[in-house]
Amino acid sequence: MTVAAAHSVLDRTLALHPQVALRPEPFGALAYHYGTRRLVFLKHPDLVRVVRSLDRHDTVADALIACDIAPARRPAFATAIAGLLDSEMLDDRAR
Amino acid sequence: MDNELTEAQDRDDAPTATLDEQVLDEQLIEEISIDGMCGVY
Amino acid sequence: MTALVEHMKTGLDAPICLTWELTYACNLECVHCLSSSGRRDPDELTTEEAKRVIDELAAMQVFYVNIGGGEPMIRRDFFELVEYSIGKGIGVKFSTNGAFIDAEKARRLTALDYLDIQISLDGTDPATNDAVRGTGSYATALAAMEHLRDAGFVERNGPFKISVVVTRHNVDQLDAFKALADGFGAQLRITRLRPSGRGADAWHDLHPTNAQQRQIYQWLLAHGEGVLTGDSFFHLNALGDENLPGLNLCGAGRVVCLIDPVGDVYACPFVIHDEFHAGNVRDAGGFTEVWKRSDLFLELREPQAAGACTSCGSYDSCQGGCMAAKFFTGIPLDGPDPECVGGDGELALAEVGRDTAPRPGADHSKPPRPVAVSIGRR
Repeated sequence: MTVAAAHSVLDRTLALHPQVALRPEPFGALAYHYGTRRLVFLKHPDLVRVVRSLDRHDTVADALIACDIAPARRPAFATAIAGLLDSEMLDDRAR
Repeated sequence: MDNELTEAQDRDDAPTATLDEQVLDEQLIEEISIDGMCGVY
Repeated sequence: MTALVEHMKTGLDAPICLTWELTYACNLECVHCLSSSGRRDPDELTTEEAKRVIDELAAMQVFYVNIGGGEPMIRRDFFELVEYSIGKGIGVKFSTNGAFIDAEKARRLTALDYLDIQISLDGTDPATNDAVRGTGSYATALAAMEHLRDAGFVERNGPFKISVVVTRHNVDQLDAFKALADGFGAQLRITRLRPSGRGADAWHDLHPTNAQQRQIYQWLLAHGEGVLTGDSFFHLNALGDENLPGLNLCGAGRVVCLIDPVGDVYACPFVIHDEFHAGNVRDAGGFTEVWKRSDLFLELREPQAAGACTSCGSYDSCQGGCMAAKFFTGIPLDGPDPECVGGDGELALAEVGRDTAPRPGADHSKPPRPVAVSIGRR
């Protein structure tokens, strides 16, 4: 995933896919897509917070700011969100 | 490892080069195969 | 950041999925049956008890259950329990020999959401298959697949699975199995034969040879894309530089477990034996208590020592192999896997005293028929 591709999710309006269950774990969360049967591990509780907040913010960038993610960490979060979008765990939604 | 991340946040104004790299290299997601569970039918 | 595999070794707060054997009753008597099934146990969980287990699994957010047996469709409440589970947000995959999937059942199954089906087959021709699974079982399985095809199952729900236990006699049929699955739009699944249940007796004659293990490993690397393995061949990783896809991890008691027809909880379906018994869902605290606090599972979640494998460079890839394979061949759990590709397993087997290997837990096999039964042509 290039930096450019990761940054391209920052302006998108996303939400957890309706067929995805997000199960908290001490280390973060497990995300399971009932339709595709794919399982993704979210490795940090902060990422879980951001993902859960996506449906309350117009853009991913807004969600990162609102969740107090330090600027230095935002590229990694953007990459992760791009990855979740790729594996269909996240979906576009109407703003 | 979580401590390092917290520290990076607190020292936002002057992170060390090493911490920057760690932060940028974080792989925050990992996909695994649901069938990759030994011990189920 | 810690890889998920490391978290899994120390156990998750709830299983990701688990195997639930609904009944020990079965219309077949496969020679290698891991649960020694045949006769129903009179103490089976009732429909109500089963629903309470499903309620617990839902509360723990278990993502899906793998239902099996015996033959799960024999239970009169099979559809009731499957539908109840799905209604609670727990996906269902069930493993069947196909005898009860007629045209009407195929349509009914197709109409359910979040339902997957796995049909067992151990040969791509009747002779090979029926030698292990009984006369007529090949035809039965194929008929079930045809009914699912006619009902449009794959179009609506995605591929059903064809699940094969790899033996000495079907290793050469891997390409043919793949073609069979492709023909139905199904997905092939190949799994390792363990010396569990009736398999304890069949294992010595049926398990693949060393050369065949290499054949399996090479085949998976070359043709295994899209082939499921249930992560059951990670002991073969030591054969080469390339690890087979999968977690390469024993999930027993850490990520997965077994609930048996009478509510007993074991580390996995291949270790139905007191040694690996964690508790019973009928005990105070139910399944949740067993998963979170049973002595056995807490012990399995401790770091495991490499034992005899400490000095072997392959330990990282093979993790010392399979607990069930070691236990039921009489090898100590900190010893090598009986099918260790380095040959250490054969040495260990040679040291096991005759007839001292643990016997499987209760045998649910049907009583032997009065006429001597041949297990078929090899």
